[in-house]
Amino acid sequence: MSGQRAAVLRRFLRDRASFLGAAIVLALVFCAIFAPFLAPHPNDIYDFHTANRLKAPSWNNPFGTDRMGSDLMSRMMFGARTTLTICVIAVGAACIVGIPIGVIAGYYKGWFSDLLMRIAEIFLSVPQIVLAIAISQTLGPSIENIVLSLAASFWPFWARLAYAETRSIKNEVFIESAVALGCSGPRVMLLHVLPNIASPLIVRTSIGMGVTILNAAVLGFLGLGAPPTTPEWGRMINEAREFLPEAWWYVTAPGLAIFFVVMGFNLLGDGLRDILDPRIRRGEARRG
Amino acid sequence: MKRVALIFSRLLWFVPTLIGLIALVFTISHIIPADPVRAIAGEQATAEQIAQLREKLGFDRPLWEQFITYLGKVATGDLGTSLFSQRPIVEDLMTRLPATLELGISAVILAVLIGVPLGVVSAVRRNTLLDHVVRVISVSGLAIASFWLAMELQLLFSMRLSWTPLSGRMSGFPPEGRSGFLIIDAITAGDWKALDDVLRHLALPALTLCLPAAAQLVRLTRAGVLEVINSNHVLYQRAMGFPERTIIWKYVLRAAMTATITQIGLIFGVYVLAGAIVVETVFDWPGIGLFAVNSILRSDYNGIIGFTIWAGMIFIVVNLIVDLVHTFVDPRIVR
Repeated sequence: MSGQRAAVLRRFLRDRASFLGAAIVLALVFCAIFAPFLAPHPNDIYDFHTANRLKAPSWNNPFGTDRMGSDLMSRMMFGARTTLTICVIAVGAACIVGIPIGVIAGYYKGWFSDLLMRIAEIFLSVPQIVLAIAISQTLGPSIENIVLSLAASFWPFWARLAYAETRSIKNEVFIESAVALGCSGPRVMLLHVLPNIASPLIVRTSIGMGVTILNAAVLGFLGLGAPPTTPEWGRMINEAREFLPEAWWYVTAPGLAIFFVVMGFNLLGDGLRDILDPRIRRGEARRG
Repeated sequence: MKRVALIFSRLLWFVPTLIGLIALVFTISHIIPADPVRAIAGEQATAEQIAQLREKLGFDRPLWEQFITYLGKVATGDLGTSLFSQRPIVEDLMTRLPATLELGISAVILAVLIGVPLGVVSAVRRNTLLDHVVRVISVSGLAIASFWLAMELQLLFSMRLSWTPLSGRMSGFPPEGRSGFLIIDAITAGDWKALDDVLRHLALPALTLCLPAAAQLVRLTRAGVLEVINSNHVLYQRAMGFPERTIIWKYVLRAAMTATITQIGLIFGVYVLAGAIVVETVFDWPGIGLFAVNSILRSDYNGIIGFTIWAGMIFIVVNLIVDLVHTFVDPRIVR
């Protein structure tokens, strides 16, 4: 087992794209945790230096300063915190709601399963961000509501995925034998179904994080996100808009941050798929 | 005959899905806010005014009765009036829909024209430098926030280089015609100056919208071609001595596209329809996405709910059309 794991790890590290993805994600987590220590001007989250406003990137302010004269790099590091908190909780909540619904609907047959999946499909009949906008608009702008609206619009994806995966393994012999041995339904689902559908779910979690970061940024950009002074990448881009074309760094820096982080999660997801889900190999075709 | 049955069953699902969608939107608008009447009445309203408004708007009746009334209204095309402009929401959406469709359809066409050939070439020349470059571009395209890309393009092409106009759908008066699609109107009116102007305005928003869609199409097409290229029927065609060009662009592409076509509806909804909200905002494009954002900024509940229902309906209809087209492109699913 350990030899197999080492082989998998070696393959993962050899693939430069996956390695890059993992490195970006780790860097994001590191920035988010240690933002107060890493940021060159950690107090600029609260302090304004109006004399310094809209200064181009320099040695002292590597990414320039914003409309309040705060150091943009420091604000972006704290922005990593905001983004990561929102997205981890939102994706986590969507999984906690969606996966059990999908597994239960996939394991049992009957009208209740059909009903659950119909409800999921109705949620999916609106593009996710449109639903998230409608919900966060009715709830009012705050970080909690952003998380809620992102989770409420994202759970059906997990339900549908878990449903499809459960259905595909439900008639396998190992499930049948677990049932024959007298395992209860919940026990079979928890100990036999869930571990066997975990791989595609883990892959989607990484890609789902990327999607959620983009969606959270859209909500922030539209002013539906965190309150005005919160460092949040989407909101920063919105604030920067009126200072174009002069303050090009103001809009560019947070946008690049979103770009690299989303790409990191996507590359990581692709890499995890290669390892965990050998049915779909990137770069080579399925033979048959 | 089986195709008719399939089409019929898809149409049959259309109505319950739509009712479900309206129920969902109703739930969001009527149950989630603690008291919608208070929100509509404003903060200065007295208790008496709120009670009056509650009765007038029907919020004092039981919830299921409210839902039936709401459903009836939506079914007859009544989405209420804008709390801001006092105009019917449907009227606003109708006048703005052509702008969004013109932008969205241009973006999808552009995405297909760019994404499909790149995907094929990338698959045929797999693991060459070309393939790696295409894959880097497609991975990047999916990671860019479209509102940010829009602003960077504006910064470069409109503000610095002055090649394209900054925003809007056209300068001056629209060409004569009543379709609402300015490209079509300009062509039918023979107004080439207007057409040039319209296309210049369209260039950046369409490019922004098409990029993530094209990136997704590259990935799908590449995977589809790789899967087909090793199949027995392609081996047979090779053995028969067909030129490689014919095999790839005629047989492989057709088989690979059947899987991709099913995704076009999703691409339209996720990248184009949803992307239109932010892209229209940045480019001040007078479509339904900009309407939605203006409704958000003015806290216009009816506007945002109306937009959500329309977005859902457009998405459902597009997926329905895609399903129908799929039965013609891939006759296997009918059997």
